Amino acid sequence: MIEKVIFYVFAAILLLAATLVITARNPVHSALSLVLAFFTSAALWLLVEAEFLGIALVLVYVGAVMVLFLFVVMMLDINVAVLREGFARYLPLGALVGVVMLLEMLLVIGASQVDLPGFAGEAAGSLGEDGGNNIRMLGSVLYTVYVYPFELAAIVLLLAMIAAIMLTHRRRGGTKHQDISAQVRTRKEDRLRMVRMPSERNNDS
Amino acid sequence: MMNFEMPQFALAAPEIWLGVMVCVVLVADLFDRSGEARFAFWLTQLSLLAGVWLAFYTHWGDSGQTTFNGMVVSDSLAALLKAASAALAALTLAYSRDYLRDRGLLKGEFYLLALIATLGMFVMASASSLLVLYIGLELLSLSLYAMVALDRDNRVGSEAAMKYFILGALASGMLLYGMSMIYGATGSLLIGEIMLAASGGENALLLAFGMTFALVGVAFKFGAAPFHMWVPDVYQGAPTAVTAFLGSAPKIAALALFLRLLAEGLGDLQAQWQVMAIILAVGSLAAGNLFALVQTNFKRMLAYSTVSHIGFLFLGLVAGSEEGYSAALFYAISYGIMAAGAFGMIILLSHKGFEAEQIEDLNGLNDRHSGYALVMLLLMFSMTGIPGTVGFYAKWLVLQALVEAGLVWLAVLAVLFAVIGAFYYLRVLKAVYFERVENPQPLVSSRGPRVVVAANGALILLLGLFPDTLIALCRAAFGL
Repeated sequence: MIEKVIFYVFAAILLLAATLVITARNPVHSALSLVLAFFTSAALWLLVEAEFLGIALVLVYVGAVMVLFLFVVMMLDINVAVLREGFARYLPLGALVGVVMLLEMLLVIGASQVDLPGFAGEAAGSLGEDGGNNIRMLGSVLYTVYVYPFELAAIVLLLAMIAAIMLTHRRRGGTKHQDISAQVRTRKEDRLRMVRMPSERNNDS
Repeated sequence: MMNFEMPQFALAAPEIWLGVMVCVVLVADLFDRSGEARFAFWLTQLSLLAGVWLAFYTHWGDSGQTTFNGMVVSDSLAALLKAASAALAALTLAYSRDYLRDRGLLKGEFYLLALIATLGMFVMASASSLLVLYIGLELLSLSLYAMVALDRDNRVGSEAAMKYFILGALASGMLLYGMSMIYGATGSLLIGEIMLAASGGENALLLAFGMTFALVGVAFKFGAAPFHMWVPDVYQGAPTAVTAFLGSAPKIAALALFLRLLAEGLGDLQAQWQVMAIILAVGSLAAGNLFALVQTNFKRMLAYSTVSHIGFLFLGLVAGSEEGYSAALFYAISYGIMAAGAFGMIILLSHKGFEAEQIEDLNGLNDRHSGYALVMLLLMFSMTGIPGTVGFYAKWLVLQALVEAGLVWLAVLAVLFAVIGAFYYLRVLKAVYFERVENPQPLVSSRGPRVVVAANGALILLLGLFPDTLIALCRAAFGL
């Protein structure tokens, strides 16, 4: 019962946050809502006892990707004064997101302490005889059963890299760079010109 | 602990070959000093043609052996889908070089992306797991988004790429949502097990929901009405060389997606998806043909005509029989050849600083070069479905399958729309043959593309006169 309540609370917050991501006019608000959405879905994963994936989502997306994203969004507004000025305005929203996250953490931690007959045992049983060690289960199938999709996913990442570089890399004309082999191959005649000049005569001697 | 079973790599040889060649092209392009992506072009063409052979050699005649823990299936259908998509990709890329060079877009990455896209199509063609199917689709879609954005200084092109990217992401989301529900209802990602679970009739409501979302996603990728909004903008905005690629081979991949996911996995739910597919088919026929009537831009007209052809292709799928599927496969292949020819034609008529995009740019083509005019005649006849060209047999097989499935009213409707479609195809021919221009300028083009366009026209005529081999192949792919 209680895990259902928790699930619906998180699902509602997730939907709300996801809606905010696309409706908020302010990109910083959008990014913060996305953080909340990631956090909430991590909590949902924790509920189904996929702890490793939940933590990975928080570490990778919330911890690394979204922080970088926020940086980029804020970089777009180069005017520091405007950013500073906005701090007070963003504070309520930031605080709200923080409080909701804190509540979620408390809920999850609380849920693990509440006795859930059938819930934990059932899910652990479905994970195999190891008794629900997430990382071990993932490790045992990732490179065996799922090796084909895994390798393909690697090619998707390669493709994303190639496409991103192709679309943003620009070779500007007029840049100065060293061509070392040309420098080494150069001969004396290319650089040095002997000029024969009449020597200055000292007429008054 | 589970035991690791060594997968049979030979069954996935075409994918492995393309995957290796992607890396080879990527590195070889770095050492290319010609500035014309010579290595990338020729290596890509070599990989694709070898891929055609390898697909046939590996899969043809196989009866559904699986490898990689059941995630890759090897059968004749996979062979034909792969061979057709690689051959069409090679054909469209053959047009691209001069066009891209004139516009300063000739980069090795273009061919690399096309190769990765073809790898995605290969993966989809023999996918027997939802996960693999989806990753293959993403490989294809992501490379296509980047290819559309190739001319990044062009605002129309960038806008097209943006639209394509956002709508494509939405479609992927729909498809994934549907797949997640199918997984929830059947408890497996493997298509064979989904088929078994679906025939059991459990979780029928959840499965129906999942199927609906999956079908919407597939329709988006096909560009079937009412999910066709991206097609005209993307076709018009993308560089023509990209449009040619986009318009031909990926249709085969979309067909593969439909066949693997809905026809194979959810074949027992046919009664449910048939109604939706009828709506998609009729909607596409109506929207495509009617909007194409009022276009003055040739590329945009061809885009709407694509939508109408997709409608026809869906009619074959609606029939829901092996005959219908083989007719749809034949339709996809022959449409791919026609689309490659039509966009190749635009490439040939364009030159540096000029895009022959408008229909009026075709005025008096016969006076300028009668050979090109003849190919244009063949293309338009084939798209209309006039006997003697491959387009006729494509339509004929679909109609036959429909009548056999007892859907005579749909067949009548399809013929009606085909007649409407004839109007705008013939309008192009009127421009080519009967419009006069003041001082016709002779066309200049290099020899390579000229040979390709002649071969393309000849292919349409040859397959129109002797379609038996290809039809037999398409039927054999479904065990007929």
